[in-house]
Amino acid sequence: MKNVVIRFCGDSGDGMQLTGNMFSSLSAILGNEISTLPDFPAEIRAPQGTLGGVSGFQVNLGHGVYTPGDKADVIVAMNAAALKVCVLNKLFHEHAIIIVDTDTFTKSDLEKALYKTDNPFTELHIAETVQIVPVALTSLTKEALKDSGLDNKSILKSRNMFALGVVCWLFDRPIDKAIHFLEEKFAKKPQLIPSNVKVLTDGFNYGQNLALAINQIRLEKEDNQMPAGRYTSIAGNKATAWGLIAAAHKCGKKLFLGSYPITPATDIMHELAARKDMGVMVVQAEDEIAGVCTAIGAAFAGDLACTSTSGPGLSLKSEGIGLAVMAELPLVVIDVQRGGPSTGLPTKTEQTDLLQALFGRNGECPLVVMAASTSANCFQFAYEACKIALENMTPVVLLTDTYLANGTGLWRIPTLEELPAIVPQSVPQELKGHYNPALRDEHYVRYWATPGMEGFEHRNIGLERDSEKGTISTNPDNHENMVRARQAKVEQVVRFIPDVQIQGNADSDIALVGWGSTEGHLHAAANELNCALVHFNYINPLPANTAQVLKRFKRVIVCELNSGQFADYLRAKVPGVYIEQYNEVTGQPFAVERIVEHVKSI
Amino acid sequence: MEASQFKSDQYVRFCPGCGDHAICLALQKAMAQIGIPTHETVVISGIGCSSRMPHYLNTFGFNTIHGRGGAVATGVKTSHPELTVWQMSGDGDCMAIGGNHFIHEIRRNVDLNVCVFNNRIYGLTKGQYSPTSPKGFVSKSSPYGTVERPFIPGELVLGARGTFFARTLDVDMPTTVDCMVKAQQHKGASIIECLVNCVIFNNGTHAWIADRETRAEHSIVLRHGEKMIFGNNNDKGIAIDGFNLIVVPADDPRVLTHDAHCQDDTIHHKLILMGPENGLPVALGVIRDVEEETYDAAVNKQIADVRAAAKAKTFNQLTATLEQWSVS
Repeated sequence: MKNVVIRFCGDSGDGMQLTGNMFSSLSAILGNEISTLPDFPAEIRAPQGTLGGVSGFQVNLGHGVYTPGDKADVIVAMNAAALKVCVLNKLFHEHAIIIVDTDTFTKSDLEKALYKTDNPFTELHIAETVQIVPVALTSLTKEALKDSGLDNKSILKSRNMFALGVVCWLFDRPIDKAIHFLEEKFAKKPQLIPSNVKVLTDGFNYGQNLALAINQIRLEKEDNQMPAGRYTSIAGNKATAWGLIAAAHKCGKKLFLGSYPITPATDIMHELAARKDMGVMVVQAEDEIAGVCTAIGAAFAGDLACTSTSGPGLSLKSEGIGLAVMAELPLVVIDVQRGGPSTGLPTKTEQTDLLQALFGRNGECPLVVMAASTSANCFQFAYEACKIALENMTPVVLLTDTYLANGTGLWRIPTLEELPAIVPQSVPQELKGHYNPALRDEHYVRYWATPGMEGFEHRNIGLERDSEKGTISTNPDNHENMVRARQAKVEQVVRFIPDVQIQGNADSDIALVGWGSTEGHLHAAANELNCALVHFNYINPLPANTAQVLKRFKRVIVCELNSGQFADYLRAKVPGVYIEQYNEVTGQPFAVERIVEHVKSI
Repeated sequence: MEASQFKSDQYVRFCPGCGDHAICLALQKAMAQIGIPTHETVVISGIGCSSRMPHYLNTFGFNTIHGRGGAVATGVKTSHPELTVWQMSGDGDCMAIGGNHFIHEIRRNVDLNVCVFNNRIYGLTKGQYSPTSPKGFVSKSSPYGTVERPFIPGELVLGARGTFFARTLDVDMPTTVDCMVKAQQHKGASIIECLVNCVIFNNGTHAWIADRETRAEHSIVLRHGEKMIFGNNNDKGIAIDGFNLIVVPADDPRVLTHDAHCQDDTIHHKLILMGPENGLPVALGVIRDVEEETYDAAVNKQIADVRAAAKAKTFNQLTATLEQWSVS
C-alpha cells in the first residue's frame, strides 16, 4: 500500500491523543510522511463511555501524503461508544480493519452508548463488510501488569499502550524503536517506563504470536523525494512558536508574547512560556485586550512583539491592532481560527476570520495578512510574519487554524544560518536630535527609535499625526496623505512576496484556488481531477502575479471553509476573472472526495 | 536637572484654569528632582484630558487608546525594566473603560508610577458622570442625578493589594511633587490619586479641601513617621477610638503616628475613607508605601535563572533536542 489512514478513538481519558501522537512520530522517524488530525470534544471529561466523550486521533502515513485522509483504513476503538461514533460519522472505508476492546462491550457499556440491541456490529450494519479484530485489551493489560504492584486505575490507564503494541505489530514497526521512543517520552517520569514498556511489548507479542486473523500492513518503500536534511514531526502551534523564536534569535531582538488563553491557540503560549531558556518573555495578560496592548508596549520599547489568539480574541484585539497600525509599530498577531461566530465551535476548524483579519478595524486600517498552509510551514510563515513586521514597521496577522494547530506534519529542521536575514527598520544615528515618529524612507517605512536612545525622545500616538512633524494633526489634507502613506507602506510589501505558483496540471482549463490550511486537500483533489491548483499564503498584499495567473484559466473555483470570503476578496482585487466558489462550513477539514465530486458535477 | 529640560515644545492645551496645568508642572519638577534622564523616562497614557500629558513632556511618550495605558505600560516596563515608566490616566480611563488593566497592574505590582487625575467627570467628552462622581450627581448623561455608587480610588487600590497609594491636590504643589518623587522611589505599582478641578464641567468638585481658607481644617497631609496633626493652628490630631478614627486635640497622647510602611492595610484603609461624611479631614500625602517583589523584576529574574541553567540556549541547540532523523 502507498499510504494508510488509521484512527485511534476512545474516551477522552483513554489517552488517544498521546497514543496517536506516539504512533505518528514513530512512523515519521521510520521515514513515512505523516499528516495528523486530532479530533476531540470541547468537554475536558464527558461521562465515561458516552457518545459525547469520544476523542479521536487520525493519521495518514506513507508517501504522497497531503492530508490526514478522508476516511480511515484502520480503526482502533477503545469502547463501544467510540465504535458507534465512527459509524455514525462515516469515518472509515467499507472494508476497514476495526480493532475493538471486547471487554468494553458489556451490557452497561452498550446502554451508555445508546445501543438498542446486544449485538453492536449487526446493529450498526458493519458485521458483513468490515474486518473486526476483537482483542480483550482490558483483561490482557490487567494480566500483563498483575505483578506490577500498580493499582487498578493505573493499570486500566495503560490499555492504550497495549493497543499501540498491537498496532505497531500490524504496521510492522520495530518494537525496539517504539520502546526507545516511549522511554524518551516518559524521561521525566521514569517510574512509568517499566509498566508501559511491558504492556506495549505484550501488545506487540500478542499480535505476533496469535497472528491475528489479519495480514500485516506493509507500506511500499518509495525513493525518498524529500530534500536532504534533518526531519521531525511537529504540530502547527509548536511550529508557529518556534518560528517566532527563530526570528527573534536571527535579528537579535527579544521575543515578547502578550496573550490570554483561548482554544485552539493556547499551545503557542504554553510552548513559549516553556522557552525561557531561549530568552522568551511571556505575559499571560488579564484579557485579550491586554494581550495585544502589552505586546504593543514591548514593540514601542523595541522588542519583537507578538500576540496569539483565536477569532473571538481577534475581535477584542481590534482596537489595539488599530493602534499598532496608527503608531506604525511592528507587531505579529497570530489568529488560530476556530468555528464561529461568537463562541461557536471552539475545538473545530474554519477559515472564517479572513475578512475580520483584513478589515475588522475602525478607519482605513491596512495591515499585512498571511496564512500558513501546513502544520510544518507554520514555522516558515511565523518567521516571515516577523520579518515583514520588523522590516516594514507594520502589524502582520498570521492566520492558522485548529486543523494546522493541532495536526502534525513533517518538518525539515533548518539551522538559524540558513534562514533569511531580518533587518529591522532601526533609526539611523544621523537623525539624532532631529528625529520625529513621522520620518519614513522611500518605501514609506517609518524609522523605529526606542526608549533609552539619547536624542531620540518622541511622542507616539493613536491620534492622526502630522506627516512632517509627527505631532497631533487634524488637518484634512494631512489626514488624507497619511491614510495614503499607510496604505502605500502595506502595498509595497509585495516586493518581499514570492509569486504564486501553479501546482498540478497548468494546462488544464480548471484551477482550484485556495488559501491557508486547505492546501493538502486541494492538492490531492487537483491531482485526482488532473487540474491546476493556485494556492495562496499571502493575502494582503496578494502576490504580484495573481491576476496574470488567474486569467490563464477558463474556470476558477475558489474552495474555502467559509461562505466565500476569499472569493469575494478576489472579486474585488482581481476584476475581470469570473470566480466560482465551493464552500463548506462544518467545522471539519475538506474531504478530498467531496471536492472532486463537486467539480465533476459541474 | 531642571524642570525645563522635561518640557516639550508643544503648546499646553488644557483649558485655562484646569487643574491639569498644575499636575503637569509638578511632574516636570518631580522628574527634575528624580534626575533620571529624559531618554530613560517613558510616559504612557490612554485617552482623556489627563492623557494629553505625554505631549508636554520631553521624554519618550506614547498616547495610546482609551483605558489601555496600563496594559501598554506593563508591556514597556516588563520588557525593559531599566526604563522609568509613568502612566497618566483619569478616573474614567482607569476606573471605567480600563478598570481591568488598572487592578491587574496593581495586583502584579508592576514598577510603574501611575497618576490618576480624578476630577469626578468626563471632561473630553464634554461632561458625563464618571465612576467617581458622587451618587445623585447631575450631568449631561444623568440629568436626574446618578443612581450609582462611586468608587473610592484608594479603596480600589487596596482591594487589588496595592503597595503604594498617595493622594494629592492640584493646588498643593509641594505635596504633589513630594508624592511623585516618593512614587518613583517606591519599587512597585505606585498609584497617585491627583484631585484636580475641571473648571468647565465640574468646577469646585474638590472645593471642600481646595479652598485656601478651609484647606488646613478640612485636610491633613500625612508623612511617614510623623504625628497626624492638622488644623489652622496645628491644634487637631487623628486618633483611633474602637474601630473608628476620631479628631482629638493635638496634645492628646492618643494621636496616631503615620506608618505608611505597615504591611497590614487596615489603618491605611480607614485613612483613605476619611472625609466630611464622617467628620474627618481628607487625607493627602503618601498613605501606603510597602515593599514587595515587583512583577517586572520577577519575570526577568525567572528568565535569567532558567537561561543560566539551560543546556540549550540557541535556536540550533534547541532543535538538536528534538526527536529527529536524517534524509540524505
